[in-house]
Amino acid sequence: MSIPAPKSSGGAMLRLEGVSAGYAGFQALFNVSLEVRPGESVAVIGPNGAGKTTLLRTVSKLIELSAGEILMEGRSLHAVPAHEVIALGIAQVPEGRRLFARLSVEENLKMGAFLPAARPRYTERLKFVYSLFPRLQERSSQIAGTLSGGEQQMCAIGRALMSGPKLLLLDEPSAGLAPVVVQSIFALVKRICAEGYTVLIVEQNIRQVLKVVDRAYLLETGRIKMDGPSAELLASDEIRKAYLGI
Amino acid sequence: MMRALPWICLAALAAAPLVGLGNYPLHMLIQVLLWGFVYTGWSIMGRLGLVSFGHGAFLGIGAYVVVMLWNAYGVSPWIGLPIALALTAVVAFVIGYPCFRFKIVGHYFALVTLALSEIARMLIVALRDHTGGSLGVTPKTALTESAYSLVALQFSSKLVWFYIVLAVWLGGLWVWKKMDRSMARLALEAISQEEDAAGSIGINVTRLKLGVTLISALMTCVGGALYAQYQAYVNPDSVAGIGISLQMVFGVIAGGMYVRLGPTVGAAFTLLLAESLRLMFGNSLHALDSTIYGLMLVLFIIFMPKGILGGALEAVKGKKAASPDVQRA
Amino acid sequence: MMQIFDVFLLEAVLNGLLLGGLLALLSLGLNLVFGVIDVVWICYAELIMVGMYAIYYLYAVFGWPLLLAMAAGVLLVAAAGAALHQFVIRPVLAAEPINQLLVTGGVLFFLQAAATLAFGIEFKNIGVSFPPIVVGDISFSMPRLISFGVALAGMLALYLFLKRSYLGTAIRAISQDRGIMPLMGVNPHRIFIITSALGGGLAGLAACLLVLQYDIHPAIGLSFGPITFLICVLGGLGNMAGGFVAAFIFAQFISVGGFFLAVEWGYVIAFVFFIAVMFWRPQGIWGSK
Repeated sequence: MSIPAPKSSGGAMLRLEGVSAGYAGFQALFNVSLEVRPGESVAVIGPNGAGKTTLLRTVSKLIELSAGEILMEGRSLHAVPAHEVIALGIAQVPEGRRLFARLSVEENLKMGAFLPAARPRYTERLKFVYSLFPRLQERSSQIAGTLSGGEQQMCAIGRALMSGPKLLLLDEPSAGLAPVVVQSIFALVKRICAEGYTVLIVEQNIRQVLKVVDRAYLLETGRIKMDGPSAELLASDEIRKAYLGI
Repeated sequence: MMRALPWICLAALAAAPLVGLGNYPLHMLIQVLLWGFVYTGWSIMGRLGLVSFGHGAFLGIGAYVVVMLWNAYGVSPWIGLPIALALTAVVAFVIGYPCFRFKIVGHYFALVTLALSEIARMLIVALRDHTGGSLGVTPKTALTESAYSLVALQFSSKLVWFYIVLAVWLGGLWVWKKMDRSMARLALEAISQEEDAAGSIGINVTRLKLGVTLISALMTCVGGALYAQYQAYVNPDSVAGIGISLQMVFGVIAGGMYVRLGPTVGAAFTLLLAESLRLMFGNSLHALDSTIYGLMLVLFIIFMPKGILGGALEAVKGKKAASPDVQRA
Repeated sequence: MMQIFDVFLLEAVLNGLLLGGLLALLSLGLNLVFGVIDVVWICYAELIMVGMYAIYYLYAVFGWPLLLAMAAGVLLVAAAGAALHQFVIRPVLAAEPINQLLVTGGVLFFLQAAATLAFGIEFKNIGVSFPPIVVGDISFSMPRLISFGVALAGMLALYLFLKRSYLGTAIRAISQDRGIMPLMGVNPHRIFIITSALGGGLAGLAACLLVLQYDIHPAIGLSFGPITFLICVLGGLGNMAGGFVAAFIFAQFISVGGFFLAVEWGYVIAFVFFIAVMFWRPQGIWGSK
């Protein structure tokens, strides 16, 4: 490493440095720093209202940050508008899935490949997504609004994968799903990590997500309170008492 | 002192023609008050989120029914006007009931009512054998022997018209105030913001909206009748159709529809603007005045959506909006 | 008196069918724009007027070939649609719906007056005439037949574009969830501009067809605007398929009503029918919600 990148990211794919952000008249994030290294799966855990979703929306530039810096592979996102973030390889599965309810499953996936750079590889990636989620192939022409909750989540993840991202952001993938389905969704997340995707996942379902990811950050009232390898966090007294009810 | 101010202004207004206001300024003043009354009628609905482009129809009914009855059957406007009002009420009900019953609001309501006013215009044209079609019609004069005819509601003196219109305009403001104070008004504010919530606390939304629409339409009908009698001439484009309906709404927007005098200020502003543009360019270049007028309307809506009076009052009162609770409809 | 099934009535019905194609095209652009941007262009018919004048001047005054003049007219109105969005709609996009309606109403005034100023109030005609097509006792006007075909082709092309292309899919998607479009790499503003240009282009196409059949004058928009709004509401605002069917229903009222009485009566009857439908199915015949 003789020639440092203009802004060294220290080997991290995504790096947040002292990020503060919020909505009009309400600050949700205070001086948040974290990083995600290539090939890693990282979770941001914490209670409802801790600012987890805001964090992901900030990374996707749906919210402007008021202080700090976000770097993707060493490149600052400062001047990047929201609709160009995906071109840098960051794809987000939004909270509540947000499928286009009146489009078919395949059309939803097509929207994921909207980027001009992604279009030539549409067929190839569609095949890949269908191999990952055979259920979606069975329902490819079905209207997305009529899918079950778990199928919708698959479709939303598949849609994000269609852009061929380097980094996948998952916002509460287990929210609003039946316990059985939650299990299978986490199994899927595990598979996606195993496929070699770098994943940043935000979750309230702390016990489950810690079993899937490599490392995690604990976010409380907009501030990072703890971080470490998942096994370590799972074993820590603080987390066990406050979040796992043990 | 502050309480007396409106009365002093009113007295000054009432006395103005007596101290030698010229014929032309008096004509403008009558127009402002007449249209101010009509615009006030529109705003009674508009400020509750019921944006009607259909008031051209009510104006047209008022103007044409009265004139046609007089011309064809010699029916005095005093009888013609109640007939016109009854017809207006029926039309307002037929349009309003399905709209409110089935919660047709926003764009739908605007487009449906827009079609209504256009249909009124087409009907007038289609009945050309009786109405004179697009050429318009003049009420048969009753002023051959005297300067006025109470039966025919025709007066050669502008002064008489001024006081009639002034009284009607004050009546319009009174109606506005009355509605402001009544419980129905409170209920309607609740509706314009949260229709389902209003319904769930036991307010009969449909009936209230219909009531407001009826009052608004009837006022407009009266305005149409007076306009026809005062001008002694009407044509379909001046009292019905899209053009006049849009013009009403523009006037209201220009003045500000959430304050009582806003519509009148809007009427004064739009009339004076149109008139001065016409005087400036009228003879040299055809339609340059209305081109500028249209352009100014667009700019107005973009840059001053609360209107002249609304915006001014807001500026005076600082952050405290003229009526913030009804801003969002 | 009159036999119900006489040949002239049949002719009126068939002409109504042809008119239906044209009206369907008229409603299409308005529906597209409303469906995507949630704004009603009150001045839609005035955009058509602009296109008609453009074609008239390019063809009849400057001597361009008719088809070239028409292509230029379509492009011009498409540009006008994009400009309308950029300079008029965009500033009021966050404002109350009434202001969005009114601002386009202001544009209506402006375009009408500006056309009067620039072109005068006299009627203009491009002076292209086609022989009528006579089949048995029934005669069709050639321009009507052409416009029926072109309108159908235009609608089919739009349908395929919306269904097949990435851009078309995005246009359909944005009306369902504006907020997450950036996550797909879509710039919503760009989609709005493109949609507005498409809506304008459809108005331009309508202008090409109308110019073959009607005289051009500054108030011509008023002949087509209200009926277009009624069709859109009847079919369900933003519902292109509903607008399509509603257009054919209205066209029959106008054509057959005009056959028995006068053209204005056709409109009046159509409106009465419209009110009746409102009592029956207020969301429009095919409207959902």
